[in-house]
Amino acid sequence: MGAPLGIDTGGGGGGLVDTSRNNRVKSALFKGALLFSLGIGFVTLIALLVNVASDGLSRLSWDFITSFPSSIPSHAGIQSPIVGTIYLMGLVALFAIPVGVGAAIYLEEYADRDRWYNRAIEVNIQNLAAVPSIVYGILGLAFLVRGLALGRVLLAGALILTLLVLPIVIISAREAIRAVPASIREGALALGATRWQMIRRQVLPAAVPGIATGSILALSRAIGETAPLILIGALTFVPFNPDGLSSPFTALPIQIFNWTTRPQDEFKLLAAAAIIVLLVLLLTMNAFAIWIRNRYQRKW
Amino acid sequence: MTGRKRYGETAIRLLLLLCALVSVLTTVGILVALLQPTIEFFGEVSVLDYLTGDTWAPLFKPQHFGVLPLVIGTLSTTLWACVVALPFGLGAAIYLSEYAGNRTRRYLKPALEVLAGIPTVVYGYFALTFVTPLLGDIGLPVEVFNALSAGLVMGVMILPTIASLSDDAMTAVPMALREGAYGLGANKLQVSTRVVVPAALSGIVASFVLGISRAVGETMIVAIAAGAQPNSSFNPFEAVQTMTAYIAATGIGDVPTGSIEYKTIFAVGTTLFIATFLMNLVSIRLVRKYRQVYE
Amino acid sequence: MPETREQTTEQEQLDPSLESQPRKRITSHGALALPRVLAERRSNEKPMSSEPIFEVKDLTVAYGGKPAIEDISFDIGRKRITSLIGPSGCGKSTMIRCFNRMNDLIPAASVSGAIVYHGQDLYGPGVDPVEVRKLIGMVFQKPNPFPKSIYDNIAFGPRVIGMKGSMDGIVERALRRAALWDEVKDRLKENAYSLSGGQQQRLCIARCLAVEPDVILMDEPCSALDPIATARIEDLMLELKDQYSIVIVTHNMQQAARVSDMTAVLMPDVRDGDRAVGRIVEYADTGSIFTNPESKRTEDYVTGRVG
Repeated sequence: MGAPLGIDTGGGGGGLVDTSRNNRVKSALFKGALLFSLGIGFVTLIALLVNVASDGLSRLSWDFITSFPSSIPSHAGIQSPIVGTIYLMGLVALFAIPVGVGAAIYLEEYADRDRWYNRAIEVNIQNLAAVPSIVYGILGLAFLVRGLALGRVLLAGALILTLLVLPIVIISAREAIRAVPASIREGALALGATRWQMIRRQVLPAAVPGIATGSILALSRAIGETAPLILIGALTFVPFNPDGLSSPFTALPIQIFNWTTRPQDEFKLLAAAAIIVLLVLLLTMNAFAIWIRNRYQRKW
Repeated sequence: MTGRKRYGETAIRLLLLLCALVSVLTTVGILVALLQPTIEFFGEVSVLDYLTGDTWAPLFKPQHFGVLPLVIGTLSTTLWACVVALPFGLGAAIYLSEYAGNRTRRYLKPALEVLAGIPTVVYGYFALTFVTPLLGDIGLPVEVFNALSAGLVMGVMILPTIASLSDDAMTAVPMALREGAYGLGANKLQVSTRVVVPAALSGIVASFVLGISRAVGETMIVAIAAGAQPNSSFNPFEAVQTMTAYIAATGIGDVPTGSIEYKTIFAVGTTLFIATFLMNLVSIRLVRKYRQVYE
Repeated sequence: MPETREQTTEQEQLDPSLESQPRKRITSHGALALPRVLAERRSNEKPMSSEPIFEVKDLTVAYGGKPAIEDISFDIGRKRITSLIGPSGCGKSTMIRCFNRMNDLIPAASVSGAIVYHGQDLYGPGVDPVEVRKLIGMVFQKPNPFPKSIYDNIAFGPRVIGMKGSMDGIVERALRRAALWDEVKDRLKENAYSLSGGQQQRLCIARCLAVEPDVILMDEPCSALDPIATARIEDLMLELKDQYSIVIVTHNMQQAARVSDMTAVLMPDVRDGDRAVGRIVEYADTGSIFTNPESKRTEDYVTGRVG
């Protein structure tokens, strides 16, 4: 065997320089197709933002934020939906974060992986994370609204959203806890700390940035959810702020849905303005989460 | 130094276990909530009629309970979502994993996640007020509500999921395999498509299945943009009603509790749940498979 | 700049009783346990052909601005086995990866200098690394077969470079030349991972041969293998020498002594603190390196006084 085709032992051009044109064209086309794939997402995002902004900016005003929904488009506002969303956010944080972090601690620090029931819990959480959100709505409808007869109230909405985002909180809290190195745990235990002391004083503080980031992301998911609330019965015409856990309520996504599905164009503009408010809220939350992660996250 | 029983520790452990059990309770709750009315439903409607009947009209007289039109609605919108999300999601993943430098990757990947974080109701608005008119402008005979708009927008929504998971699977392929292929004189196109993608295949397929599952379970985009008429046609330009849109529409309305119409919510819900549950199982299985090989 | 030397044709007798004793000065009895095989081989050696396959000129490789190897200049002989030896971390892998432009895959790496191959600088303008790798193949430290069948592993290279001819014939020829055919001819469709470590490495060699390269680079090819597998691969190297020029990196000095014709010794120069830059301290025929080295650093290294 020896010198293959293309090599000129006398030197000069040839072998090392020529890539077949066919190959070069194919490579360039391929890379172009890949960039196009990436581009589709970003172009759509920009189109969406421009569309919403151009439709909604004109209706965005302080009046809009402070008025209540009304059947007269020029008087309608989003005060009760915003307040409802904020209450929901607070309640979901109150319920989901302790339970989620508790479950994560159990699974990471206490559970014996060899036991079948612990593995079953893990698989169960993974499955729940992928269940369609409307099924959570059905769960709420059956148990909370009709079963426990809580009715179509704030508490029911908060509970259902809690169950919806709980798997997300658990999964991200677990990752944050898992990232704390074993050497820190061993160090604490070697000094005579009990398991819980080690967790409370060493592991949890170290995992807080990761847990906080994950929780904020879970909350932003909860805020954007519409389907479960529809089934719970967040009424679409609630021109008053909720005055307690057993009060009827509405939320931003519900109001957006309501206005979008009205045939009159003026309502569609209102929907766009409400979307802007919702997106700004989400952007703020996510930026906050990223800030926490960058500022406090330790690289082990 | 005798072993003193630490009651505090046991109590805490129990408390944490209860937290973990909440998730189990949720699943049990979902199953009970779905199954009980469903069983009652099939006491009055035969399973055969349900699965094979081609008319869905539970709220009209005479009542029909064939779920096929809803299933076709779901499949039609999901199909268009896949046309967008699967190839372009994989393409984006190949770029992220094989072509993008480290710094580009660090900005691109989170940027893509933004797409996944937009509430679905906003996507629904976009599909109705922008995409449908756009499709009409380029000459397609789309109705005001149609499967194509909703499907395409759903596709863009799940594209980041597929891109992200496929990228995870491909970056897990060891560098040594790529070096072996480059060392033989293969170029980047050949290494990406003939070595990396086949090696990461189970993870890529897992991402596809998960993406499809999310499209099937999606509610708001289709409720807003695809329509509220059950339709047994795969024609993308016509309005269809998906399983999820039906549940939402009926949930909003005032059906009397315990009526057969009320129970349709649960029957369709069970169908939906079974479909997505099976797909999720397959996906989780596949992810475990590729993790075992490379980690 | 180290110079090449003519090979000697002296017979070197070995005194086994002196093998394990450390020496202050290397006598004609030999430094380490030079195997008898090497001694016998020496007497039949032709002098190095005058045409080198690689002329390395002032090669320097830096990672993120910090040099890893510097001012490397030497020639590699055609149809010879040249080994690069030296302590861990002195840049042997970095150097060998220059010959087939594999360092291009590392974004932080920058290469200056030239490697002339058949009259062309591998790093010259317009040279396509993909083409370079079709002519200069590489076998890696850990066997890295693709997760495909044995057949498809071998066929991969010819397929992607568009080789003509019957694929079955190409695959069989490659496997025969890698001394693996008899062991796998009945199971070509089996997954490559079902082979043992030594077999996988020979598979990788066969895969490399299937593309019909001119040169074979081997980066510590036996370090992950047991002694029996190692011996088989060393025998294979000696057979392949007839048709291919071979460059091998090894930290096993006995291996270098057993198989190579010429040996380059790479040593780290320590700069400000713990940064070490690799340079060639000596380059000569293998016999001289191990029995009569010119540089004290070489002598310290081959006698095991320095790690």
